Amino acid sequence: MNRPQKIRPWWGILPVAIFLALWEGAARLNLMPGQLFLPPFSVVMQEFYYLIASGVLVDNFLSSLVRVVIGFCAGSIVGLIIGTFMGWKEILNKTFNPIISLVYPIPALGWLPLLMLWIGVNEMLPITIIFICSFFPVLYNTITGIREVNKEVINTARTLGASERHILIRVVLPLALPNIFTGLQLEAGMAWRVVIAAEMVAIPTGIGALMMRAESLIRVDIIIVCLIVLSLMCLLFERSFAYLGQRFTSKWK
Amino acid sequence: MPSVELRNINNYICRDVTLTAQHGELLALMGPTGAGKTTLLNVIAGLVPYEGMVLFDGVPVDKLSPRKRRVAYLFQNFCLFPHMNVYENVAFGLQVQGLKKADIELRVRELLCLFRIEHLSERYPNKGLSGGEKQRVALARAVAPWPKVLLLDEPFNSLDFETAKYLRVELVKLQRTLKITTLYVTHNQREASEIGDRIAIIHQGRLEQVGKHSQVFFGPKNNNVSSLLGSPNIFHCKTFFPLTASLAEVELNGFSLVVPYDGLSIEKIAISQWNIYISREKPPGPQIDRLRGLILEIAYHSPIVRVSVSCGKEQMVLEVQEQLWDETGLHEGDDAFLILPLRWIKVKSCERDLHCMRSITGPSTTNHSVKI
Repeated sequence: MNRPQKIRPWWGILPVAIFLALWEGAARLNLMPGQLFLPPFSVVMQEFYYLIASGVLVDNFLSSLVRVVIGFCAGSIVGLIIGTFMGWKEILNKTFNPIISLVYPIPALGWLPLLMLWIGVNEMLPITIIFICSFFPVLYNTITGIREVNKEVINTARTLGASERHILIRVVLPLALPNIFTGLQLEAGMAWRVVIAAEMVAIPTGIGALMMRAESLIRVDIIIVCLIVLSLMCLLFERSFAYLGQRFTSKWK
Repeated sequence: MPSVELRNINNYICRDVTLTAQHGELLALMGPTGAGKTTLLNVIAGLVPYEGMVLFDGVPVDKLSPRKRRVAYLFQNFCLFPHMNVYENVAFGLQVQGLKKADIELRVRELLCLFRIEHLSERYPNKGLSGGEKQRVALARAVAPWPKVLLLDEPFNSLDFETAKYLRVELVKLQRTLKITTLYVTHNQREASEIGDRIAIIHQGRLEQVGKHSQVFFGPKNNNVSSLLGSPNIFHCKTFFPLTASLAEVELNGFSLVVPYDGLSIEKIAISQWNIYISREKPPGPQIDRLRGLILEIAYHSPIVRVSVSCGKEQMVLEVQEQLWDETGLHEGDDAFLILPLRWIKVKSCERDLHCMRSITGPSTTNHSVKI
């Protein structure tokens, strides 16, 4: 008789632990081309500690974090507001959809040269890039979420005496939440990827800039520390929005 | 004064529809898919553009938006708000009208009690409500803001046969309790006859006929109506004998049947070609409303088989699914037994005292089997 297998939460950690052990062993035994290109995991962790203790990592991390938070929040809020109007009013959707469809396919980093000329190399540059990166997916997910709400549900609210404002706020937006949170979840991680790229190319501060400086000094351990920070932040942001989405919709979905 | 009146309604589907539903009446709108039944409900609710007039209690409501018409609309699948619990669903219509919290609480509790769903008040629609419970919640929500008219658009379409049947009975009970004028859309004749006080037949956007089910069934106005209702077997009654307060035995042309009786004279009886069972073997049980006949003709109109059977001096037509027919193994010229379920025998009565032979004896079972 087959017994149902019990999957324990710590099983997912096992491959990570094996990977780290292999990494440490390979580097220590010089199986790879030496510590210069692949320092052992323990050395990377040591460097991680030094970078935090010296404040270098914290300063650069905070620079990136502020850019991500401002750009992401602004892009998401504007995307949510415009998406709500475009999803709710057919005429607005028909009017603005062509231009948005033309602009949306341009990758956020594709705007970088143009924005460097328009607004210069300053704090506004990465924030604007993240704004663009966050705006479109949230906009499209909001439009889709609103338009996917069953028309009969809307008509039911209408015949029950609800005004358009009531229908939008109390019926349509709550039902569009799962789609909106999907957009936010995807873009929360993407914002970090974009800010690192922008900082690597044009901005002298932030995690991306730190990586570029480490590259010029051939400090692979620092690069790996930055990548670990980037990975953790992408994961944290994505999981946070997944949790919030679940929190807001799980009791009825 | 009629509660709902439609005058010369025209739009992209409806063609000059004039129709009235009396106060407290349950009017079934029947017609094939795409006939314009739902559009007519949408016209009443003000959800689609139209020309003509809609009046509630004699007052035109054409200029009122849907939210001001005080119409309760129950769509297919009930359309409960999934993000609100049962209490919030029922309270929604009252909250958006700006009623005081205490008044809302009172009304909602009253309705939850009336519809026997108090114990579900905290539950969400997609979290363990049965079809019947959803229906009661949807109805409670619909009637909460004291609507003038209740519109139901095939609300039981997606439910299984037994549940739908049970809910129909519940719905009729509630409709009678609330005495609310109701228009009920269906494409199912059985459903329409079961719950409608009257039936309105809609075909290609036109109102073809309106009346009590027996009136429409026995006297289809035109081919559109008869093709929708089928072509029932109609027999003129020679004499009838009341057996009980609700049953009578009628003498037809060469055979007799026990039929429903409402105390009036029986003029005609009819049974739809879909509601006659046929068997090679003699059916068990008392030989009441069981006839023996000779198969005259079998016509295949896949997936249906149309069979003509001679009974007494009458000819009866029935339709059977091809697969079921093949299982009977019957052929032209064979003897067969027909079963006419009592509940599907329709009776046309009239006030005049026609050919009544008073009798207190039981049904004359010898007459029911007609030797060929």
